[in-house]
Amino acid sequence: MQFMLLFSRQGKLRLQKWYVAHPDKLKKKITRELITTILARKPKMCSFLEWKDVKIVYKRYASLYFCCAIEQDANELLTLEIIHRYVELLDKYFGSVCELDIIFNFEKAYFILDELLLGGEIQETSKKNVLKAIAAQDLLQEVSYGDTPIQL
Amino acid sequence: MPAVRGDGMRGLSVFISDIRNCKSKESEIKRINKELANIRSKFKGDRTLDGYQKKKYVCKLLFIFLLGHDIDFGHMEAVNLLSSNKYSEKQIGYLFISVLVNTNSDLIKLIIQSIKNDLQSRNPIHLNLAMQCIANIGSKEMAEAFGYDIPKLLVSGDTMDVVKQSAALCLLRLFRTSQEMIPSGEWTSRIIHLLNDQHMGVVTAATSLIDALVKKNPEEYKGCISLAVSRLSRIVTASYTDLQDYTYYFVPAPWLSVKLLRLLQNYSPPDDPGVRGRLNECLETILNKAQEAPKSKKVQHSNAKNAVLFEAISLIIHNDSEPNLLVRACNQLGQFLSNRETNLRYLALESMCLLATSEFSHEAVKKHQEVVILSMKMEKDVSVRQQAVDLLYAMCDKTNAEEIVQEMLNYLETADYSIREEMVLKVAILAEKYATDYTWYVDVILNLIRIAGDYVSEEVWYRVIQIVINRDDVQGYAAKTVFEALQAPACHENMVKVGGYILGEFGNLIAGDQRSSPLVQFQLLHSKYHLCSPMTRALLLSTYVKFVNLFPEIKHNIQEVFKQHSNLRSADAELQQRASEYLQLSVIASTDVLATVLEEMPAFPERESSILAVLKKKKPGRVPENEIREGRSPNPAPSANHTEAVSHSKPSTVSANASADLLGLSTPPASQTAAPSNTGMLVDVLGDMYGGQQQTQQNNSFAAAQSYNPKKFVCKNNGVLFENDLVQIGVKSEFRQNLGRIALFHGNKTPFPLQNYETTISSPGDLGSKLVIQVKPMDPVLEAGAQKLQVLNAECVEDYIDSPSMNISFIYNNVPQKINVKLPLTINKFFEPTEMNGESFFARWKNLGGEKQRAQKIFKATPPMDLVAARTKVMGFGMQLLDGIDPNPDNFVCAGIIHARSSQIGCLLRLEPNKQAQMYRLTVRSSKETVSQEICELLADQF
Repeated sequence: MQFMLLFSRQGKLRLQKWYVAHPDKLKKKITRELITTILARKPKMCSFLEWKDVKIVYKRYASLYFCCAIEQDANELLTLEIIHRYVELLDKYFGSVCELDIIFNFEKAYFILDELLLGGEIQETSKKNVLKAIAAQDLLQEVSYGDTPIQL
Repeated sequence: MPAVRGDGMRGLSVFISDIRNCKSKESEIKRINKELANIRSKFKGDRTLDGYQKKKYVCKLLFIFLLGHDIDFGHMEAVNLLSSNKYSEKQIGYLFISVLVNTNSDLIKLIIQSIKNDLQSRNPIHLNLAMQCIANIGSKEMAEAFGYDIPKLLVSGDTMDVVKQSAALCLLRLFRTSQEMIPSGEWTSRIIHLLNDQHMGVVTAATSLIDALVKKNPEEYKGCISLAVSRLSRIVTASYTDLQDYTYYFVPAPWLSVKLLRLLQNYSPPDDPGVRGRLNECLETILNKAQEAPKSKKVQHSNAKNAVLFEAISLIIHNDSEPNLLVRACNQLGQFLSNRETNLRYLALESMCLLATSEFSHEAVKKHQEVVILSMKMEKDVSVRQQAVDLLYAMCDKTNAEEIVQEMLNYLETADYSIREEMVLKVAILAEKYATDYTWYVDVILNLIRIAGDYVSEEVWYRVIQIVINRDDVQGYAAKTVFEALQAPACHENMVKVGGYILGEFGNLIAGDQRSSPLVQFQLLHSKYHLCSPMTRALLLSTYVKFVNLFPEIKHNIQEVFKQHSNLRSADAELQQRASEYLQLSVIASTDVLATVLEEMPAFPERESSILAVLKKKKPGRVPENEIREGRSPNPAPSANHTEAVSHSKPSTVSANASADLLGLSTPPASQTAAPSNTGMLVDVLGDMYGGQQQTQQNNSFAAAQSYNPKKFVCKNNGVLFENDLVQIGVKSEFRQNLGRIALFHGNKTPFPLQNYETTISSPGDLGSKLVIQVKPMDPVLEAGAQKLQVLNAECVEDYIDSPSMNISFIYNNVPQKINVKLPLTINKFFEPTEMNGESFFARWKNLGGEKQRAQKIFKATPPMDLVAARTKVMGFGMQLLDGIDPNPDNFVCAGIIHARSSQIGCLLRLEPNKQAQMYRLTVRSSKETVSQEICELLADQF
């Protein structure tokens, strides 16, 4: 996978994860173009499209679009399921996840994604194992914060 | 504001809420600038910040960055967080670094140090955090710093499973950055054996890594085939309860299955009959499962199941060896064509395209023609319609061409603008490729212009003209048809161009009919004249002057047109020049001269269709941009070419129309009369072909007494072959099958005539009988500053080595001079490029593996390796460069056929550059040992 973008129906970018090195300017350009292209598509249309030299796989969940760019020889259908697995993980972690959860806890959304995908490849497909890893992280935070009062 | 979990940062949440409450872009920017100023002052302030505060501010900066603003500070604070002993601070530090990677060298050293510390940790969570960061940045520095630690973590016995997973993918990322860092030797088998690991997550991650390593070095990792097959076999025969959490919506381990199936696509079918049988069983089982009732109605179930199925079909197509499986795959895809899921229909069309190219399943694909035509017409989504068009193109052959072309033409009337141009190309190619009756071809192209004139590119209408000129059986029909088409009240300008050109050449063939008498033809064309662009008008003027020759009876009407103010004093210089020159020509020249000057165009050299090249160009990745090589494409305006014959005897127009030269026509516009200027003339004639480069060569030649490098003509056909102070010899050659035509331009650079100018050919050994050359003798005097054309015809009788040379002798200033020049007639000139796909390439490659068929050379790159330049050379060599076939994108793979009089020798080539060692390995395989060796020598000599 080359990158993953999450954006809202209004075209606001909510999360971006790049697995290939591009200059910031190019990233912005790609993001802009892709958001416009995908938002213009109708609901019943195919979830895949050829775009430049990559394949785009996208799916809408409520107000959020999840969009992945994959290599020509990658499997489109399974990429849809990577997206779905990610949504399931977010849902489990936040409890009925909504767009606001991702806005306010964007760092968590990143941490969860990092457990699922590494370097653009799927790292762990088991939902249980990913949640276990995230829970272990959270535990580590609470332990270390136990003795310091939270300041503003 | 939603509740923040556990350790949330209140300050951050407040800030995010503020931003969300901003009513306008301006107020958002104001709020952000305020925050940035605040953070900056905090970072610069005297009060030392504690970890929590740093974390909070770094997080805010991250949020601001994600909103699309640039962040130019805070990196140092983030790096500080990396060494925090509080995990949450460390984690935010890593996140900031990963998202805002900055290859600032000072910081990268600090980052690497922090990562090193965390890699020493025994806590798997810290270890993984460090590896995620390495993989996220994935730079060269990272590869250098951790190229040793990561492989160790991967294969060490006491590494925990989660860490192994990260290590495998982290290594993969570093390997992609820097190919040199693959561990080899004993590592290989340890990495391969990860496929046997107990933990499914480890196997999944390792398979991705192995897939990449295999692409780089298939031989070394060959051991993975049998392991992958047995792993796959265990998964497909498992029940969905066996794999517990690795079962996804009742599908056992879909990700691992797909990866294993992908991995196997790097190899040809397993040699070991046992492994092969097992693999085929797996593939059959997957096909069988597709027919079973779904275990769940959820789309996730069907997606995962079909993902595995499509990947299995890809492998079946890749192997291309089991007719039974191929046909079953095709039937399965056929079912998907009418599935209600758009995604499945899209993928089925795409996969079928590949099936259509296999001889085993081509017929099976054709059975679905009707459904595919329906898809093209009825699908709601243009990307699906596009796939249907692609499939129709792929499944087209002699038996169904007429129907498919007709359907595509029908559809074109309403097709989406985004796919029209490509469709036009496809129709044009199919019509040309499968035409048995060229009247049909002409009809199709004229229909194309009628229906989608705006999308008919120059290449398409140039091509129809080329074909009509080359086939006399269709010329009369073409003239009649364009004449009829032009009678439509509104016809596309492209129609006028084609009509004008064809009537100018062949209007006489229909002039017998009163309804299309010369005058009627002329008036019909001229009725469109005022509506056309200058370029088309210029073409029509040439048609008119050709009419002067064809139909002397309407000469008067035509001269009237030339004389019109709008032409003779046209603001457009080209039109003005044509009008006045043609007028003079028609007034002054005798009938004989007219007949010679305005005679019918000579046949075009037949090469690969130029439109095919354009289509390939449109499909990125498949064919390089500079595919359209010299002599392959009739690129420049035929209007210019149209006048070329006309301007034959007039040097002034020769230079004006020098671009006509590019057309690769058989008559270069060499001046027959003595040229007014001296050396400049040579540049004029060859000038436009080489642009600025030629100019510098010319200038350099004054400095260097002699320039002669026959080697460079192995990979090109045109240029200055030899030059010294006295003469310049330019060459321009074209080859077709086993015949070649070499035009030598002998130029006298001196202010004196060269006397006794003589040329002889010398062929070493028995070359004279293998390569027959006919030369036209030259005039013994080469006037001062003049350039003369000498044409050589060569025929390759059988394959040969070396190349003939030409001895040139003359007397300059009473001193006899002798020059010996190797002619650019190496055996590779008789290559016909051959397009083929990966499967057939490797099949043939394997077939030509005998001792007596191979030739190989390993040599050092001199000058330093330049892959772009290498590519140009390989392309100029004459074989077809096949992109996307070799797993390593740096390697060049080519195929071609050498044409001799009675035999054809297929030839395959692979050139592997090793950038690190600056060495090349070149392997050539053909059915004949001497040919393999010669081809190998010739090309190796180029680097």
